[in-house]
Amino acid sequence: MNRDHFNVLIFDLTTGKGEYAQVDGRDQVAGGSGLAALLFTRYGQPNAPWDFPGQPLIFAIGPLTGYFPLMSKTICSFKSPYHNQYTESHGGGRSAMALRLTGLDALVLIGRSPTPCFFEVSSTHFQARDGGFLWGQDVFETGKLLRRMSKGSGHRSILRIGSAGENGAAIAGINVDTLRHFGRLGGGAAMGVKNLKAIIIHGDAILPLPNGNHYAKLFSKVHSQVTASGMMKKYHDLGTPANLKTLNDIQSLPWRNLQATADEAVDCISGERFADEALLRNSACSGCPVGCIHVGFVREKFMDSHRYLYRQVAYDYETIFSLGTMLGVTDRSAVLTILDLFEKAGMDAMSAGVALAWATEATEKGFISAQETLVPLTFGDSAGYRQAAVSFGAGANTFYRLLGQGTLKAAEVYGGKDFACVLGQEMAGYATGEVFFAAQALGFRHSHLDSGAYSYDQQHADKDVNAAVEFLLRDEASRVFMTSMVACLFARNVYTDALLSECLQSLGYDKLADTIPECGRDIQKMRWQTRVATGFQPDSITIPKRFREITTWKGPIDPQYLQSLQTDYGQAILAMAGA
Amino acid sequence: MKILTAPRMDRCIGCHSCSLACARLVHHRLSWDTAGIRIHSSGGLTTGFIAVHCLACAPPPCAEACPTGALVPRKGGGVVVKKKLCNHCGLCAAACPVEAIFIDQEGEPFVCLHCGLCVPSCPHDCLELAEVSSLRLPSPSNSTEPVS
Repeated sequence: MNRDHFNVLIFDLTTGKGEYAQVDGRDQVAGGSGLAALLFTRYGQPNAPWDFPGQPLIFAIGPLTGYFPLMSKTICSFKSPYHNQYTESHGGGRSAMALRLTGLDALVLIGRSPTPCFFEVSSTHFQARDGGFLWGQDVFETGKLLRRMSKGSGHRSILRIGSAGENGAAIAGINVDTLRHFGRLGGGAAMGVKNLKAIIIHGDAILPLPNGNHYAKLFSKVHSQVTASGMMKKYHDLGTPANLKTLNDIQSLPWRNLQATADEAVDCISGERFADEALLRNSACSGCPVGCIHVGFVREKFMDSHRYLYRQVAYDYETIFSLGTMLGVTDRSAVLTILDLFEKAGMDAMSAGVALAWATEATEKGFISAQETLVPLTFGDSAGYRQAAVSFGAGANTFYRLLGQGTLKAAEVYGGKDFACVLGQEMAGYATGEVFFAAQALGFRHSHLDSGAYSYDQQHADKDVNAAVEFLLRDEASRVFMTSMVACLFARNVYTDALLSECLQSLGYDKLADTIPECGRDIQKMRWQTRVATGFQPDSITIPKRFREITTWKGPIDPQYLQSLQTDYGQAILAMAGA
Repeated sequence: MKILTAPRMDRCIGCHSCSLACARLVHHRLSWDTAGIRIHSSGGLTTGFIAVHCLACAPPPCAEACPTGALVPRKGGGVVVKKKLCNHCGLCAAACPVEAIFIDQEGEPFVCLHCGLCVPSCPHDCLELAEVSSLRLPSPSNSTEPVS
């Protein structure tokens, strides 16, 4: 609270030694996204490859983390194995609150452990411990073992990788507290290459709060807004799976590798059907009373005589899209079962589903066969996808290991680039139109959350390139300030600039409170400069033909408009970054 | 006299809003630990969360263990804490059968005061400040039911 510097722990996995550092720059970079970029500038090596041992794996929180509701996310940044450039991935669970309660603003892990290890940090201790016995264990088993070995149930966060991260898959994620992830762009491999199986963050610090009752009153006001006003209802009611029907209705839901944008079968896997028939319970990130995490259940008969087991699987819109509609799988239990297999392997389920969708169409078109996929792949055949998920997660052969580097990498070897649904990375589930396609292809995280492009598409039938590009840059600057606090972006309608300013002031960050728009733009610029320094070239990013072949509510995609958006947005990013 | 109860923990989503509210409003800290109610994963055969908090023993063994009179039995069960009298020995925490007392690094005890400030923070209504008379069975000497 009210510090003009950042407390950072830098731990070298090569030597097993660490040191605390005080890093200046609070008023310039705020925290979170800004702090992560600053730390990469200091500790990263832009020109060295992602797997160079010296590259940092950074976890950063912001000035509001833990102090206000929904300030519950952590920024993980690293040089991505997916594109060998600087990137961020965002995760929740207990990670942000736990890191806050170590007294740190950021944790920087550099070096490579000589042998597999896991790292523990608290407010008073840190150490790397032998983790050889954990190597090869799946994500869930690793979590169970570490929970037995370390104290602090409920007051710690356990980050770990599975076989995908150990094997260097560029779509390997980092699991956070079982139900959440730093999912995309290969954080799991960035951990695995350091021989780092897991990180346990013990939140045992006791931190002071501001004097007087202003802070408590402000907290209460925000808490009331997020719990009582209904502003967050869509996130805890059906949750993001409500999007399935909404997007299907406007011909924007990708089906069967984006061969269609709507299908009547959506009724089988709509948010309503999941909530009514597969939802077991809700869960929450620490410090968030919304409870948006939807945990579904699968009951599986594994033996005659009515012998059953059950699994609990956290689902979202994105995973139902990637493992449901993209694969033509409309059985709810099957979707959750396939999702569970990728969770076990620690593979990003969004990317994995989109990659399997490409593999299925590539099979249909004769580019590959069961010789590569080990099991015949057919849209809608969930049994085949279950077997494929096991092979894919384990990197069972050359084909799956290559596919784990990204769909386009496999398509370069086997053919089928035209129908690879890749926009910078495997697409998110929004076939809303040209603005979203250009935005994800060029966006900083190649994420649907980089900006509100999918929303812009739904509100604009016009084709004003300048207006769209101006919106993308302006919206990103606003979001990047949020991710520097670090807020859950679900709260973006609650935390207006005025409220953020009030919150920052209550904790003594007066300068930040007065400079939110400028600070957001500065961080946006610095973050892009960091990305550009590691090789970002918008011209090198292609948008595959498939994205120009579809029809949305606005009609057929306009290739010329898409091309203009891509060109102008790319130039605008470089101009903004001063490159 | 009312005491804090957690009768609907099967609704808990693990957001920690209750313990953070206690730490914030009662103890003026940001902490998972310095709170009279603390949330842990339940693990075991069932999954979910448990709330660790004072169950309002009467008489309270923590007060009996306290050598300085810092913990005084509270009417209705539980204790009142007189911080100035505490010698930070930690015997109260050791005496608590349900590990409801947290001792910080300076040896200061943190235990539920049954004030109820945490109750409205719970988004799922897991907690309740309840009349102790509605919860406790009559003492055996007053019971008219045969013991089977």
